[in-house]
Amino acid sequence: MNPEQILFILFGAVSLIGAIAVISFRHPIYSALSLIVTFFAQAGLFVLLGAHFVAAAQVIVYAGAIMVLFLFVIMLLNLGTLSVKGAMGSKLKGLAIILGILFAAEGIYIAVNALNDTAVASAEPAAASVTTTTYDIGELLFSKYILPFEVTSLILLAALIGVIVLVKRERQEES
Amino acid sequence: MALEYYLVLSALLFTTGVIGVLIRRNAIIIFMCIELMLNAANLAFVAISRSLGEATGQVFVFFVMTVAAAEVAIGLAIIVSVFKHQQTINVDEVNSLKG
Repeated sequence: MNPEQILFILFGAVSLIGAIAVISFRHPIYSALSLIVTFFAQAGLFVLLGAHFVAAAQVIVYAGAIMVLFLFVIMLLNLGTLSVKGAMGSKLKGLAIILGILFAAEGIYIAVNALNDTAVASAEPAAASVTTTTYDIGELLFSKYILPFEVTSLILLAALIGVIVLVKRERQEES
Repeated sequence: MALEYYLVLSALLFTTGVIGVLIRRNAIIIFMCIELMLNAANLAFVAISRSLGEATGQVFVFFVMTVAAAEVAIGLAIIVSVFKHQQTINVDEVNSLKG
C-alpha cells in the first residue's frame, strides 16, 4: 500500500465513524463534536484530492463558522434532557436502518457501475501531482460562473434578512 | 486512488445522513445530518473534479458551502423561535403552524 491509500483509509474511516457517532449519540453536544471530527477528516480527504483551497474553506467555514453556530444554539437552548425522550420506536428504527442500507447499496452501485460510458470514466486519470490552485478556482468563479456567484450573494443577503425578521418578530411579541 | 473509492465513501456518508434524518427526532441533529449529506455531495464533487482534471467541481463546492451556511443560519433561527414558543424541538411534537 502506498501512503495515499493508507491516508485515504485513515481519513475515510475517521469520517465514517464520526458520521455514525453523529447519529448515535444521545446528547446534541457530542453529536456536534463528532460532526467537527468528520469535517476535519473530510478536509484531509480534500487535501489528498489536491483541492487545498477547498480543504481550507472546509475547515474555516464548516468546522469553524457553522459548527460554532450549532454549538451556540445547543447551549442556548440547553437541550441536555430533552433529546433523550425524543427517540423513535425500535420497530421504526429498524425499518429506517434497513431502508438506509438499501439506499447505501444503491448509491454504491451507482458509484461503481453507472459511470461507464460517461465523460468521467473516459477521462484519463490526472497525474498524482496535479493540484487545483486558488488561481484556477478564482478564474473560473469570476469568468464562467460569475452569474451563479452573484446569485450566491443574493442568497446570503436573503438569509441575513430572513434571520433578522425571524428574531425581530419574536421580540415584538414578547414586549 | 481510483475515483470509485471516493464515490463509495461519499455514498456511505450520504446514507449515514439519510439514516440520521430518518431515526432522530431532535431538530438540531436532523440539521447536522443534512450537513453530513451536503458534505458527502461535496466529496463527490471534488473527487470527480480531480478525475476530470478541471476545477469546475470545486467551484460548485463553494456554492454548496454558501447555501449550507445560509440554510444553517435560517434553520437555527427557526429552531430557536419554535423552542421559545413550544419549549421543545422534537419534530414529532412540533405539529402546529399556529404559534
